[in-house]
Amino acid sequence: MVKLIGLVPLFPLIGFLINGFFGKKMSKGLSGAIASIAILASFIVSLLVFFDLLEHPDTTSHVVSIFSWINSDTLHIPFEFLVDHLSSLFLLIITGIGFLIHIYSIGYMHEDEGFSRFFTYLNLFVFFMLLLVLGNNYLIMFVGWEGVGLCSYLLIGFWFKNTAYNNAAKKAFIMNRIGDLGFLLGIILIFVTYGSISYGDVFGVARGANESTATAIALLLFIGAMGKSAQLPLYTWLPDAMAGPTPVSALIHAATMVTAGIYMVVRSNVFYIMSPAASEVVAVVGVATALFAATIGLFQNDIKKILAYSTVSQLGLMFMGLGAGAYSSSVFHVMTHAFFKALLFLGAGSVIHAMGGEQDIRRMGGLKKALPVTFMTMFLGTLAISGVFGFSGFFSKDEILAHTYEYSPVIWFFGSVTSLLTAFYMFRLMFLTFWGGFRGTHEQEHHLHESPKSMTFPLVVLAILSVVGGLIGLPEFWGAKNWIGEFLEPVATQPLNMLGHDQEIILMSIASVGAIVVIYFAYMVYRKNNVLPLEKESDMKPFQKLVYNKYYVDEVYDFLIRKPLDFISDILSRYVDKKMVDGVVNGVGTAVDGLSSVVRLLQTGNISFYILSMVVGIIAILFYTFIK
Amino acid sequence: MLTGLLIIVPLIASLLLFLVKGNGSRNLALGLSVVEFALSIVAFMQLKHNPASKELVLNCTWVESMGIHFAVGLDSLSMLLVLLTTFLVPLIILSSFGTTYERPNAFYGLIMLMQMALVGVFTANDGFLFYVFWELALIPIYFICLLWGGEGRARITFKFFVYTLFGSLFMLVALIYLYSHTGFDSGIKSWAINDLYEAGRNMTLAQQSVVFWCIFLAFAIKMPLFPLHTWQPDTYVNAPTQGTMLLSGIMLKMGTFGLMKWLLPVTPLAIQEWGGVAMGMAVFGILYASCIAIVQKDYKRLIAYSSIAHVGLIAAGILSANQQGLQGAMMQMLAHGVNVVGLFLIADILVRHTGTREIDRLGGIRSMNGNFAVLFLIILLGSVALPLTNGFVGEFLLINGVYQYGAWVAAIAGLTVILGAVYMLRSYQGIMLGERKDSAVAFGPLATSDKAVLIIVCMAVIAFGVYPKPLNDLAESGVKEFLLNIK
Repeated sequence: MVKLIGLVPLFPLIGFLINGFFGKKMSKGLSGAIASIAILASFIVSLLVFFDLLEHPDTTSHVVSIFSWINSDTLHIPFEFLVDHLSSLFLLIITGIGFLIHIYSIGYMHEDEGFSRFFTYLNLFVFFMLLLVLGNNYLIMFVGWEGVGLCSYLLIGFWFKNTAYNNAAKKAFIMNRIGDLGFLLGIILIFVTYGSISYGDVFGVARGANESTATAIALLLFIGAMGKSAQLPLYTWLPDAMAGPTPVSALIHAATMVTAGIYMVVRSNVFYIMSPAASEVVAVVGVATALFAATIGLFQNDIKKILAYSTVSQLGLMFMGLGAGAYSSSVFHVMTHAFFKALLFLGAGSVIHAMGGEQDIRRMGGLKKALPVTFMTMFLGTLAISGVFGFSGFFSKDEILAHTYEYSPVIWFFGSVTSLLTAFYMFRLMFLTFWGGFRGTHEQEHHLHESPKSMTFPLVVLAILSVVGGLIGLPEFWGAKNWIGEFLEPVATQPLNMLGHDQEIILMSIASVGAIVVIYFAYMVYRKNNVLPLEKESDMKPFQKLVYNKYYVDEVYDFLIRKPLDFISDILSRYVDKKMVDGVVNGVGTAVDGLSSVVRLLQTGNISFYILSMVVGIIAILFYTFIK
Repeated sequence: MLTGLLIIVPLIASLLLFLVKGNGSRNLALGLSVVEFALSIVAFMQLKHNPASKELVLNCTWVESMGIHFAVGLDSLSMLLVLLTTFLVPLIILSSFGTTYERPNAFYGLIMLMQMALVGVFTANDGFLFYVFWELALIPIYFICLLWGGEGRARITFKFFVYTLFGSLFMLVALIYLYSHTGFDSGIKSWAINDLYEAGRNMTLAQQSVVFWCIFLAFAIKMPLFPLHTWQPDTYVNAPTQGTMLLSGIMLKMGTFGLMKWLLPVTPLAIQEWGGVAMGMAVFGILYASCIAIVQKDYKRLIAYSSIAHVGLIAAGILSANQQGLQGAMMQMLAHGVNVVGLFLIADILVRHTGTREIDRLGGIRSMNGNFAVLFLIILLGSVALPLTNGFVGEFLLINGVYQYGAWVAAIAGLTVILGAVYMLRSYQGIMLGERKDSAVAFGPLATSDKAVLIIVCMAVIAFGVYPKPLNDLAESGVKEFLLNIK
């Protein structure tokens, strides 16, 4: 079965080509069906491959060569796929959730004139995402990495007539490219150090290099991860990316693409294990991003923006875990997060759909009656993300936090605070959206309706996964097997959790009780006392205003980077290039011109003048030789 | 013999075209350039199966008393540039079908003459012959720009002509100087490339330095490198589109290829001494030109500056003088040639359909012509070196090569990855996206010839990005051999 791995990215590629070339001529139904079937086929093959791996625990990885891509003397970069435990898990997430979101999109995008174009991009995205996780060397990962960036660009700017959306798309691409340059230099450093960039060749001998080289590689790769997975300071593109259609936000900007950075670090874990310094950077950047984004999430009123900041924050928690060495726990959280965050985004899409495009939770309220399925599923998703005991998010988050506590109680503390903030802003969102009275227009109220089956079906499936998804990683002290930890053992060995069971139970209790208390607090504020977010910025307290405006980070970047770049470029173009560099050239020209006009005066055409000068010249020469 | 044919066919084509009257000339030109392309494919196959084939070299005595030979030959490296030339010239001719030029026979005759000179430059193995072809290439492009260019062409073309001639004369001096140092053992003077190499290597550092700077000046002006570039934007903008394509797509490579073939092996000591300065010019030029490209309002001028940035990276790769740098330079020369022809055609199409190239006055063309938007985007992605496009292979190898020269140099040169995305996406957004502006209202379907060229370019962008092996193998083995020779 593993030999057929090439089919997994091939199906979406074919879907992309069919929709790309013939989509406009096909009916919407056919176009959507082809795209969805392509992903379903990939999912089925991925499942078969996954079971194949389960059945043969002795062989841990398979390399499948497609063709020879770039060769340069000792540098060989084949187009090769690696099927192992890590990639097979990501294959399931990508194709499984990808399929559900394709189905959802058929309903969500039904009215859009760019219907087939949407599915063309979506299939292309899945193709590149699969390359990213399947590649057997860093450059194939980079192909997928930049490819998903392109699709993200195309889908954020999907409604290309809107300038703000186009700006968001461009911003995403450029910010990602900043990270990509770091990634690219990291790949080159790996080649220069080890003479290869294929995983098998590099990881085996990785420890031959010294620690500072490992640190440099790890940090360069991490710069790439900061861009793709929206970490400080390269995160600002992700909230703006919500300009894209909501299924895109769910698939690309929550469940799959943005977790590529986590995949990359787990894949490269050997460098991070070699370099405690780099790991510390990852942990600190992660927890800082988590806390920072969570505070912004507290005061946002756009339903998608809240979820976007929540995603940034959750990704931060995953990096915090990676820094602490909890590789498989972070992958576990990638998985549960993919379930509940995709669910929450799709639920938000359902709400927006019902509200006729409205995204401001101040204009919503009391929607649970009109949207029962959306409400129930989103509620389960909220319980999961808030880390309520028993739901999937609880187990994965708990694992990360337990490892972090061992690594550094300080980082653990901030990570835990982030979790509590998460519970608060998520319940704020839920209470304001689904409880209380309706605050929108009459027209909106009149049109409120539950979404079609194609949209609610994925919600239900994801809700089930969000509830039970934690079972694959039950804590060991329950006497259960931590299945995912064992499964990933061949790829990333996670240091055993040395905390005693008592300590672990205490930490777990703190988290659970904390979550309940915070949820109760949110209930008191937004349900019992019906507090509504302020309409006017002028009414806010200074701190609230600062956070509401996202700490003015965009403005600061604008002031520190964009404006100076434009200014310098303008100066270079207008003055330096035209006046100075070209001025010198023209100056030389003019000087030659002037000089020749002086010399030209000698060319009088008067023969006697010429003879006279000749005579003078001859006399001078003779005179000179005599003296000598 | 094949190599000789590759030079003679365009020459005959050119003469034929000068004789033909009327509008049939463009079809004839297209046909003959396709024949030339087919011929180069034959040569390519020959080289692949039998690299030592006598068909690929031609060496006859020209001026015996001065040791001048008509020596041309195709090796892996020159083959790639000949392929680029013969591939692009038909596209350039086809791209002119949407425009009516006065005296078309002369126009196409000059293009073919140019092709002859270019093939000559890339295949010459004799210093004197190289110089003759080098200067010969200037004459047709001078007339193309002067006779069919835009407003102010006389002044701009004159500057271009004098500037490049100025550089070339220094090269001539250096070549004669090298020639005078040949025959150290045998006493026989020669212009043969290997004898010139040897002459250069036997020189002292001071002598090599003089040779280095004289020849480097000529190449740096031709590419052009900062700060010798100021003739370029005006000339590119002012030349007729086909002239710009010839200049940027192919002629620019005379400079980069020359740097590789006619300078790197000649003055090893001087390169150790001065290579850093040259590298500085190249890398600084990348940033400088990228920044300027960001604020350009005229799309054609923007591409002109982006070309300076690209060529800066190519030069940096060559100066790093390692396998990846040189191989990347070869691959990037090919990719850049193809992509820039596509981009300049897009600029031309914009003018023909909307009457302007001003980015601020354009906008929303995508709503009028979605296919054009897709083709444009693919070429743009090639230009910003997205993986699986032709631009990536070269750029990755180039940055890799420069990294081995100096990690920080590579980090700075690598900023092109970011800045390139900035100016390319900004301009794409300005021209294609957003609400439809007045200028876009009349933007109808593309002419068949334009569509054909864009589709061929896009196919090349993707094909050689996904499967670069056929060309990359040539570049790899050619560079390997080249490096063995100069060590």
